Amino acid sequence: MNVAKPNSYRSGPDDRGHFGIFGGRFVAETLMPLILDLEKAYTEAKADPAFQAEMNGYLTHYVGRPSPLYFAERLTEHLGGAKIYLKREELNHTGSHKVNNVLGQIMLARRMGKKRIIAETGAGQHGVATATLCARFGLECVVYMGAVDVERQQPNVIRMEMLGATVVPVQSGTRTLKDAMNEALRDWVTNVHNTFYCIGTVAGPHPYPTLVRDFQSIIGNETKAQMQEVEGRLPDSLVACIGGGSNAMGLFHPFLDDPSVEIFGVEAAGHGLTQLHAASIAGGRPGVLHGNRTYLLMDADGQIQDAHSISAGLDYPGIGPEHSWLHEIGRVNYLSATDDEALAAFQLLSRLEGIIPALEPAHAIAKVMELAPKRPRDHLMVVNLSGRGDKDVPQVGDILRGKK
Amino acid sequence: MTTRIDTRFAELKKEGRAAFVTYVMAGDPDLATSLEVVKALPKAGADVIELGIPFTDPMADGPSIQAAGLRALKAGMTLKKTLDLVRDFRKDDNITPLVLMGYYNPIYIYGVDKFLADAKTAGVDGLIIVDLPPEEDDELCIPALKAGLNFIRLATPTTDDKRLPAVLANTSGFVYYVSIAGITGAAAADANAVGEAVARIKRHTKLPICVGFGIRTPEAARAIAEKANGSVVGTALVDALKNSLDAEGRATGKTVNAVAELTAALAQGVKGAQQAAE
Repeated sequence: MNVAKPNSYRSGPDDRGHFGIFGGRFVAETLMPLILDLEKAYTEAKADPAFQAEMNGYLTHYVGRPSPLYFAERLTEHLGGAKIYLKREELNHTGSHKVNNVLGQIMLARRMGKKRIIAETGAGQHGVATATLCARFGLECVVYMGAVDVERQQPNVIRMEMLGATVVPVQSGTRTLKDAMNEALRDWVTNVHNTFYCIGTVAGPHPYPTLVRDFQSIIGNETKAQMQEVEGRLPDSLVACIGGGSNAMGLFHPFLDDPSVEIFGVEAAGHGLTQLHAASIAGGRPGVLHGNRTYLLMDADGQIQDAHSISAGLDYPGIGPEHSWLHEIGRVNYLSATDDEALAAFQLLSRLEGIIPALEPAHAIAKVMELAPKRPRDHLMVVNLSGRGDKDVPQVGDILRGKK
Repeated sequence: MTTRIDTRFAELKKEGRAAFVTYVMAGDPDLATSLEVVKALPKAGADVIELGIPFTDPMADGPSIQAAGLRALKAGMTLKKTLDLVRDFRKDDNITPLVLMGYYNPIYIYGVDKFLADAKTAGVDGLIIVDLPPEEDDELCIPALKAGLNFIRLATPTTDDKRLPAVLANTSGFVYYVSIAGITGAAAADANAVGEAVARIKRHTKLPICVGFGIRTPEAARAIAEKANGSVVGTALVDALKNSLDAEGRATGKTVNAVAELTAALAQGVKGAQQAAE
């Protein structure tokens, strides 16, 4: 597609929440006044030094930031090409990057006087982060989770319940992340007077894609400073997995206007792109769902199709609208990794670096295994290790034992 | 532009009564049965027909209408077939206003201009698209008005006086007041609260105001019809249809009658209402 190149890739969205043709506010009228309130509250909070200072305090002392930028020496040796650094988001409190965004949204909810928090979750990482911060700030927490995901991510369900959250298994539709989001939206429409919807990714109606991106951009900002410190320059490439795309957007956004930096997003190719998968950009086209226009998996009638990924966190038939725009404008290269490739990467990283990744970033590692060997030894490649694999140990254990 | 909707509300005003607006899902449980159901509605006393466009992810609908959409999709329903259904209905009925209600994505994928042209030709009078607030008017609302279709907006308990003018600006045909903050079929509407809300909206518009969400019985339909220009019933009719299906979810000999009988009872309720003075 031929799209004019902007002066900056970081200036979006416009005041109606559009990134090119993507984004927007496609929601029921009941929610519209609240979404406008949220936008106003966020604009004010951003300009308030006290808000930023309070958030920085929690990021340091509660979340444990900054997360390390770690040179993966044995993985680098094994692949024999680019010098690979892991951005260790899995070391954050609650075990993934999700907490960065949840902290910001919970602080916004407190500013807005909302006492009840709802969230959708796929793998449960966003649900755990939300349950954690609700416990910390004494807020009621309800997490919607597809019944299929409740089954395959039991450790996270137990964690959420221990933290005092109510986990609602969603039985409608495909019983995965998409349906959890539908059900969360239905709750929100019903309880809009006292409820804050804490969305877990860079999707949904404006201003969510923007505010989630902003809260996650700490990943890329830290990476930039850390790389400067250890290597004295910018990285040459960035790699991150994408479901909705919040860990990827957080890493990518601060680098979008650095033209020397190659950027790769990795979607979940499931059983393969010609079969069941969750790669919205590779296998979808623009449509409207969950409050925004973006690339979606759908049939000829505009009905949303079932996604499939081994990883519950990537098992979603859409992607954040800013990613759709970055794809169309050609700034980010979107690749995909299959279930089998992710499983192989999961095992490789565990054995070589002593780090068990979540199945989601295992998709990013899988593409690093392809990209790194083709690049010179002075090429600096950063992978976002967005979550740890503890939650996946029972599922992967079953799969590996079944295969042997 | 005058649509069948405008004509019908003008007639009802002369008669001094409120409209009875029925909602059923297009293609539920199959295309042929659905056509018979829609044909039966005006005969049983429906003044306006809302026809749901099936969608996999109906975010503002409760379990009954979600299930109805999935039954229709499973039986092969599409937006194109929904327009075919309207065309077939119009062969025998060129008077009853018909409004398509649903979500934007199937229309966006069909192509907005083509959809509007095909819908107008098929005999559609208006559109209610749940996920297109005034902020997205350029998408479909403005093109629909240009194509001669009414764009009927939802106003809700969260739409305050400050926001109402924006909501009403490009609305035509009637205003659909959603009586509860919630999804279809969930809670019961409180007639007094509805009366206050209708009076508030009336200060901003001369359009008829129909009220829906949470109306299930002839008594409730009557109570609302005394406060507004129309009562909308959807979930109760969809449930009546569902209860007539066999164990595999297929239509039976009772299906069309089940919907028609409840429609007739509800219509009696609405017709018994004492209209509030304008």
